[in-house]
Amino acid sequence: MPRRRDLRKILILGSGLIVIGQAAEFDYSGAQACRVLRSEGYEVVLVNSNPATIMTDPELADRTYIEPLTADAVAAVIERERPDALLPTLGGQTALNLAKELAESGLLDQRSVELIGARLDAIATAEDRELFREAMARAGLAMPRSAVVSTLAQALAEAEGLGLPLIVRPAFTLGGRGGGIARDRDELAEIVAHGLEVSPISQVLLDQSVLGWGEFELEVMRDANDNALVVCSIENVDPMGVHTGDSVTVAPQQTLSDRLYQRLRDQALAVIRAVGVETGGSNVQFAVNPASEEILVIEMNPRVSRSSALASKATGFPIAKIAARLAVGYTLEEIPNDITGVTPASFEPALDYVVVKFPRFAFEKFPGADERLSTHMKSVGEVMAIGRTFAQAFAKALRSRELDRVADLSERSTEQLLGAIAVPHAERYDAILELFRRGADCAEVAQRTAINEWFLGELRMLARDPRRAQRGARCYRSVDTCAAEFPARTPYYYSCFEQRAEDEIIPAERSTVVVLGAGPNRIGQGIEFDYCCVHAALTVRECGREAVMINCNPETVSTDYDTSDRLYFEPLTLEDVLAVIERERRLEGVIVQFGGQTPLRLAAGLDAAGVPLLGTGVEAIDLAEDRSRFSALLGELGYKAPAYASASSIEEALERAQAVGFPLIVRPSYVLGGRAMEIVYTPEQLAGYLRREGADRSGRIYLDRFLERAIEVDVDALCDREQTWIGGIMQHVEEAGVHSGDSACVLPPHSLDEGMIEQIRSATRAIARGLGVVGLLNVQYAVHDGELHVIEANPRASRTVPFVSKAIGIPLAKAACRVMLGERIAELGLPTEREGLGGGSHVFVKEAVLPFDRLQGSDSLLGPEMRSTGEVMGIARDFPSAFAKAQAGAGVPLPGPGAAAFISVTDADKEAAGALAQSLHDLGFKLLATRGTAAAIARMGVPVTRLQKIAEGTPNVLECVERGEVSLIINTPSGSGARSDGWEIRRAAVAHGIPCLTTLPAAASAVRAIVSACVSGRERAPEVVSLQELHADEGRCAPGSSQAHAQERSALLGSGSPPAH
Amino acid sequence: MRAARPHEDQQPSEQHGYVLLEDGARFDGIACAAPAEAVGEVVFTTTMSGYQESFSDPSFAGQLIAFTYPHIGNYGTAAGAMESTRPWARGAIMRAARNLPAAQGGEGWLDWLRSRGIPALTDVDTRALVRHIRSAGAMRGGIFSAATSEQRAQELIAAEPPMSGRNLATEVCVSEPLPIADLAALEAHLCAGGASRERRGEEVSDERVRARARGGGEGPLIAVLDTGVKASILRTLLAAGASLILYPYSTPAEEILADGAEALLLANGPGDPGAVPEAVERIRALIGRIPLFGICLGHQLLCRAIGLETFKLPFGHRGANHPVKDLRSGRIAITSQNHGFAVLACAGAERLERDEPLELQTELGAARLTHVNLYDRTIEGVELLDAPAAAVQYHPEAGPGPHDSLYIFEEILALAEGSRKDAR
Repeated sequence: MPRRRDLRKILILGSGLIVIGQAAEFDYSGAQACRVLRSEGYEVVLVNSNPATIMTDPELADRTYIEPLTADAVAAVIERERPDALLPTLGGQTALNLAKELAESGLLDQRSVELIGARLDAIATAEDRELFREAMARAGLAMPRSAVVSTLAQALAEAEGLGLPLIVRPAFTLGGRGGGIARDRDELAEIVAHGLEVSPISQVLLDQSVLGWGEFELEVMRDANDNALVVCSIENVDPMGVHTGDSVTVAPQQTLSDRLYQRLRDQALAVIRAVGVETGGSNVQFAVNPASEEILVIEMNPRVSRSSALASKATGFPIAKIAARLAVGYTLEEIPNDITGVTPASFEPALDYVVVKFPRFAFEKFPGADERLSTHMKSVGEVMAIGRTFAQAFAKALRSRELDRVADLSERSTEQLLGAIAVPHAERYDAILELFRRGADCAEVAQRTAINEWFLGELRMLARDPRRAQRGARCYRSVDTCAAEFPARTPYYYSCFEQRAEDEIIPAERSTVVVLGAGPNRIGQGIEFDYCCVHAALTVRECGREAVMINCNPETVSTDYDTSDRLYFEPLTLEDVLAVIERERRLEGVIVQFGGQTPLRLAAGLDAAGVPLLGTGVEAIDLAEDRSRFSALLGELGYKAPAYASASSIEEALERAQAVGFPLIVRPSYVLGGRAMEIVYTPEQLAGYLRREGADRSGRIYLDRFLERAIEVDVDALCDREQTWIGGIMQHVEEAGVHSGDSACVLPPHSLDEGMIEQIRSATRAIARGLGVVGLLNVQYAVHDGELHVIEANPRASRTVPFVSKAIGIPLAKAACRVMLGERIAELGLPTEREGLGGGSHVFVKEAVLPFDRLQGSDSLLGPEMRSTGEVMGIARDFPSAFAKAQAGAGVPLPGPGAAAFISVTDADKEAAGALAQSLHDLGFKLLATRGTAAAIARMGVPVTRLQKIAEGTPNVLECVERGEVSLIINTPSGSGARSDGWEIRRAAVAHGIPCLTTLPAAASAVRAIVSACVSGRERAPEVVSLQELHADEGRCAPGSSQAHAQERSALLGSGSPPAH
Repeated sequence: MRAARPHEDQQPSEQHGYVLLEDGARFDGIACAAPAEAVGEVVFTTTMSGYQESFSDPSFAGQLIAFTYPHIGNYGTAAGAMESTRPWARGAIMRAARNLPAAQGGEGWLDWLRSRGIPALTDVDTRALVRHIRSAGAMRGGIFSAATSEQRAQELIAAEPPMSGRNLATEVCVSEPLPIADLAALEAHLCAGGASRERRGEEVSDERVRARARGGGEGPLIAVLDTGVKASILRTLLAAGASLILYPYSTPAEEILADGAEALLLANGPGDPGAVPEAVERIRALIGRIPLFGICLGHQLLCRAIGLETFKLPFGHRGANHPVKDLRSGRIAITSQNHGFAVLACAGAERLERDEPLELQTELGAARLTHVNLYDRTIEGVELLDAPAAAVQYHPEAGPGPHDSLYIFEEILALAEGSRKDAR
């Protein structure tokens, strides 16, 4: 069947914010879908709140709406665009839930919008535990015994019949959020109570425990002719009980006999048919008892998923791309297999290598969080490694993790290690390998971990004789979907060790540029950097060179084989990177600026090996990173910087701190996302920090004077060594002291005057020239008492590059890449008006997304240590509306008038809090406050209900929150620490999804946004605007813009840019 | 008691060996099973599981199997995975062989090979080998000890007849008619290594099958023209209630008809279909007199019986992932494949270009080509329009491979049921 001609315009929903359980993989799948559907001639309308995505690049859709993924906002887009169809299966659980909500509200029917990819009943069957269970029963498939409950009492009653332990899973949550394993009745009560809270339909599923069974996933596809196939099997090395996102997984499955595997395959195909997914991909999870060969269906996702992204990268079979084509009527046999070019997509890939996925955790950022792994996903990223054997792939995966600190287990006793491996945790495999090095046998490890002995045998061999796995010579082989049965056209490579050093690399025809990727997503280094790397690769190709990508993160667009001319799926270590470069015979240079700290760390080693680096040189990087050299440069240029000192011992640090003055920020050198940073107010706090962090461990310790109550400003600029062009000037909503990655920020700045903005521009230009930047530069400033202070400069792509690019309508990373390839800024046709401020018609707010709700026990207080996993963007004509949209996009929409607000602030904030209380009272908010704050509010003549401190008894804020009586919390910190009142309040806010503002400026912004919404009337649908309209308008309105300019700008956007509207 | 695991403690005594192909290409490895050498046609299979099934599949007779999937032996061996009474492939070429015992207690894979006298190599760069065969074609070769000179090895290879023109069916088929009443009888036969005609159980089986032939019993009686039939075919038919009699393919047609079977299955098997004229002759004599269904070699023989030609594929189809389209229904099945020869459409065309059944006038009436392989568009199925006869080139019985085409057996049984009713 050819593609459907009755559809013209298709709405695609993205997955929005990057959170634990829903990450960059949906940018990969969504971007593929957008490209495919546009190439098929459909008009594509996209809604996604996340600016740091490739899919929200204006070239990928006809209309791109960076709007909150809420029913209101999407409904407004539907009203404006009147699409014929909605494709909800590529934006994760968020898009699926939203599509379901829109369909059930009747809006899709009213507006004749057809759901394609998965019908409403299929979504409902897969998502509703009871409907799913019935569908499985009809298909004759077994599931774990279970019960669905809506109250705690029901849960306790059902447990009698089902027996303990039980797996508890809330309905309709991402990544198993809010679930867990209950081993006794107390645990059951606790987990069920939490699960009922987080489930949007207050429903929790209790499952028979299959702890220790093998866990398998099959990626299934089906077309409109009912042809169905399995793209890939994935085996979890960690048996049932650890969320698959947190498990080490391997593809293809290793331990099932053909007979058993084929039964699994039959059941997977039966599941997709029983659920009724007519076209597209699904993920089906099974538990298999290895002894009895009993198979149970665990769940299915009627959409692309993290596992499908992994399966796509593991096999070369692009599931999302094919799912998008299937959704518009193609059949599998009509779609070619890109990799071979000669065979159709209606086949099952054959692998002749082993793929290992390893999760990346960030527990070091969340003191107090429960680090045990269970059915509730906690990892923030993942790496994938390909090897000819499991041991090769596993060793590579270990390297790819890029841990800041590899666990040192040598001092722990064998008994301790044996005890530790019984509980799944982030370092379990390091412990297992250490045990094998000490001579442990497979049986004793198997007994404690229930890991299949085949895997343990391989790990034991790897631990005992690591060289054996890498016998032979390093060579590069293709991922070809067919185990070499047909020649592959697509250059997608992995290294391996073989007796024959036979490389399969297709040699370069033109000058080649290598782009180093960002490795696994982690806190401080997320999808933003992948976005920049993708832009670099695309620009390299547009500029007539061949782009080579090296990366190991399967969730990303950069590791899509379509992004570059040659993709090497490899760890980003110096050795691995040099080995690739050795084979790239026409190398022009390597780009290390775009992948965050990962490639930057390799810059010196590459330089020393004689590898040409494009753009800013090693010397400039060092000048910016070396505090004393940078400080000297600022002195020469005549700019102020906060006092600082460095030390290499605790004693020295304490002594130097006196000269710097308190409060100060303390941190170890070369950190990412504020790793292990803290603000300390007294010498005692400093001493405590230094002891806790093992200050002598990491080399130098940096002490920086902290400017209290300063406004922080971030600038992204472009420099060609001579000329500097200011891309974006962003004012942080929170005051200095909150990590810039966690702070909300606004472009253009909402409270800086033109004079200060001009000062910032000239400082940025001077610093860029002073450093000798060629490419991107990010500078952070603090405006303190009307004076500009330079905090730091980073001569590389920053986290805000995608946000700025989308706000100003100029792709900064692409422009920077052109400069690095030798073009001059003057040749790029960049607008010279309003540099750094955008077009002026709209205001853009970036809000950080924090993972506290996923990591129980961690404090949601913001500080200098970055902890956000992602960001959203709010676009509106004024700051308050844009701020409100950003909050809604971040999943904590601000309340409307008439709700109740709880306020508890430090003494210093009490006066300002009183004024906010006044505004809220005027809007009809009921006010609740603790003693001191209540007194301050009462002094303003505003009625307020006084609550007790939690320890003092009732009524207290926790009770009010539990009863759902509070819809806004303003709580500024009076010290962090487990079980302080503030900690309890913030924890409760996170648990109940209540907006909780922990800084006064953010609270003020929120109140302004609430006021503004009330004034404009809440009944009115939110105003939505697409990027294409926004920047087309600005192009016309901006003074000095000409047709020639517009053409140059479109050249910069690349060949993929759409014609101007 | 656990068998020793080679990857744990085998290091000191590694015996080196190599694969040599007749064109001189050499691939080194480590000997890991029986201390023997073997020559034959070197072929590769892309199935990622099912090594024991492949090894005991009679269609691999005369061949050495290179497995493209690196880890082979991961889950040991099991009696239920046997596709015949013994291994037929002559040697295993692997990247990372393993010897773990099965969870259910079966022998480790390498012990299984060793105790059956089969040599194997591990640590071979199988991908390089496969890429070589892909471009140079499947050819003769062997597994040799490092101590054997290449010159000596080439002499051994040269002594092995080439696959084209070779009748291997005669080496793998039953030597006299073998009745099989039910699954238990089949498993007993497989376990006893096929040498159990005299066993009492078989006699009972024989008795019951004969009784069936006289009109008693429940399910149909199906005759199998044995050219190396896989046990999965027999298991599937028996599980559906049929009783079976296996005949050596040279059995005269009248003798088969006299036993009263309601349908005839043309089995899979090894070798060149052009080298088994006797079987083709029998089939010609049976068309129209009993419903026929062919699988793999059986498909090729049926096609030759109606006047089509067969040819040798450059490196064959061996795997579990080939898409085959039924041109009548448009349905696509992922299939298990194991064949080195294929059928030419009329006028010497190797490929079926159009997406609809191709009708032919044959010596035995109208026929049509019903299935096509979507990888290379070679012919995968045929049916006669004037007589109840059809065949597929692939393996609907799986073993190893996907079950997408098991429905074909329902069609075979329906054919048998139909003729049974007619007979009444």
